[in-house]
Amino acid sequence: MSAAPAVSDRSTPRWRAWLLLAPMVAWLTLFVVVPTAILIVYSFCERDEVGRVLFTFTLENYHRVLDPVYLWIFARSIGYAGLTTVICIAVGYPVAYCIGRAREEWRQRLLLLVMVPFWTSFLIRTYAWITILKQEGLLNGLLHQLSPTASPLDLLYTPTAVVIGLVYAYLPFMILPIYGSVEKLDGSLIEAAHDLGAGPLRVFSAVIIPLTLPGIAAGTLLVFVPAVGMFAITDLMGGARVPLIGNVIQNQFMQARDWPFGAALGAVFMALFAVTYWVMLKFGAGEEETPA
Amino acid sequence: MPATLTAAPRRRLPSGLRVLEVTLTGWTSLVIVFLYLPILVLVAYSFNSSRLNIVWESFTVGWYRRVWENVPLLRAAENSVIIAAVSTVLSVLLGTVGAWLLHRYRFRGARGLQTLVAVPMVMPEILMGISLLILFATAGLGLGFTAVIIGHVTFSFPFVLVAVQARLKGLDPAMEEAALDLGATPLQAFWLVIVPCLRPAIVAGALMAFTLSWDELIVTFFTTNAASATLPIRVFGMAKVGLNPMLNALSALFIVATVAFVIFSDYVKKLGR
Repeated sequence: MSAAPAVSDRSTPRWRAWLLLAPMVAWLTLFVVVPTAILIVYSFCERDEVGRVLFTFTLENYHRVLDPVYLWIFARSIGYAGLTTVICIAVGYPVAYCIGRAREEWRQRLLLLVMVPFWTSFLIRTYAWITILKQEGLLNGLLHQLSPTASPLDLLYTPTAVVIGLVYAYLPFMILPIYGSVEKLDGSLIEAAHDLGAGPLRVFSAVIIPLTLPGIAAGTLLVFVPAVGMFAITDLMGGARVPLIGNVIQNQFMQARDWPFGAALGAVFMALFAVTYWVMLKFGAGEEETPA
Repeated sequence: MPATLTAAPRRRLPSGLRVLEVTLTGWTSLVIVFLYLPILVLVAYSFNSSRLNIVWESFTVGWYRRVWENVPLLRAAENSVIIAAVSTVLSVLLGTVGAWLLHRYRFRGARGLQTLVAVPMVMPEILMGISLLILFATAGLGLGFTAVIIGHVTFSFPFVLVAVQARLKGLDPAMEEAALDLGATPLQAFWLVIVPCLRPAIVAGALMAFTLSWDELIVTFFTTNAASATLPIRVFGMAKVGLNPMLNALSALFIVATVAFVIFSDYVKKLGR
């Protein structure tokens, strides 16, 4: 072999390397870029009576998205996802902090303890809550034994049930990135703040929170965005009573067969996702690695 | 810094912080109970002979037998294993080679490609699902195994790529130089020197890809047909209908499989080190 290329300073690829790179580039183009482009094209199309897509330009679909019915569903989805995110931060932050500051030999074990439910399918975790909250479920059974005369509570298919389901599904996604931030937190900074006379509250708000903000931002990204578009949990725990935007999109594609309108809703959701992503990156979400 | 401050003993906690520490520990224990209790209840009631969850009747393994005799569920489990295995192999191939080329070579568009790789990792699953559905419909391709596997590889391989890339950053470039100096072709150097060094990262990425595929519902929901329905698709359908102790038993099996898998992957990762 003639003159080996200098490896330490990265060289430009030769044809063989390009050939090896081609499958990945082709894959990403074919299955990420092109589908997204077609989705946007579809959102400007019409459909005929039987649901076939006609490639004639129209803004009608976006006009319909602005209908108060759908705006309200969007607002409700953002509200539910926002509430879920806030609850996850409130519940998860102390846990992440506690694990992150625990002694070395405990840290891995505690983390594993939080991780196991996260590896368990969210469907099963949601079903577990159904068996508890359903009218003939466990909680009402317990209530019945305590006071046999009380009428059973209607717990499932309520907004509360949906939020419980979402929090239960996404809590580990909030704990892990915050844990990542807390673990990196330099303890001497906290001690220094104490020594300089700051009370616990002041230390928390002026030192700990700003330093763990990247973790909170990464967690928000991992909880808020999927929660907005989630349709399975809302389907199972909210019935048809509290449809969120994910349910409406799903319905347009699978039942109503109005793909252009579904695509328009999807495009609006994509814009929402992009904005959230951008804002969270500003807060340093990119500095935390996604839990893997 | 004044000498008096540096002389202070480390980790001397004011009493207020002591209380805070105890509260934190208590809260963490509570949350862990909250994470596990529903799952434990689910498993416990899979042994209840009553159809209803309200009362405990008597111990039975009957629901497990019903799962074992349920042909559609077994088919779905088989589909899940096939789809997860094929997606894992493809993801490892795409991810490892991709990571190596992005690490090794400098070319125009590398940064853009790196960003594009991250998109499927963060993109909401429903958007990936509907856009793939539209793609297959527009191209006139049917839904089913191929479509599902394509979807799964698309969101799995970036995780392999990221894991391998992290490992490559810590790799000494002299190793490849030495291989090339000793007369290896670039491909030989990659296969005989680099890949063995990357094995722990490849294994971790493969385990991640398998788990992601095995659990996935949303993208599968939009790309599957009846013949290729996976276990999560069947479970979703059953859970929609209502309470079913057979689903408790199935979930319990799923949970046992997950815990076994976590222990197994921990073991495999330790072997790789």
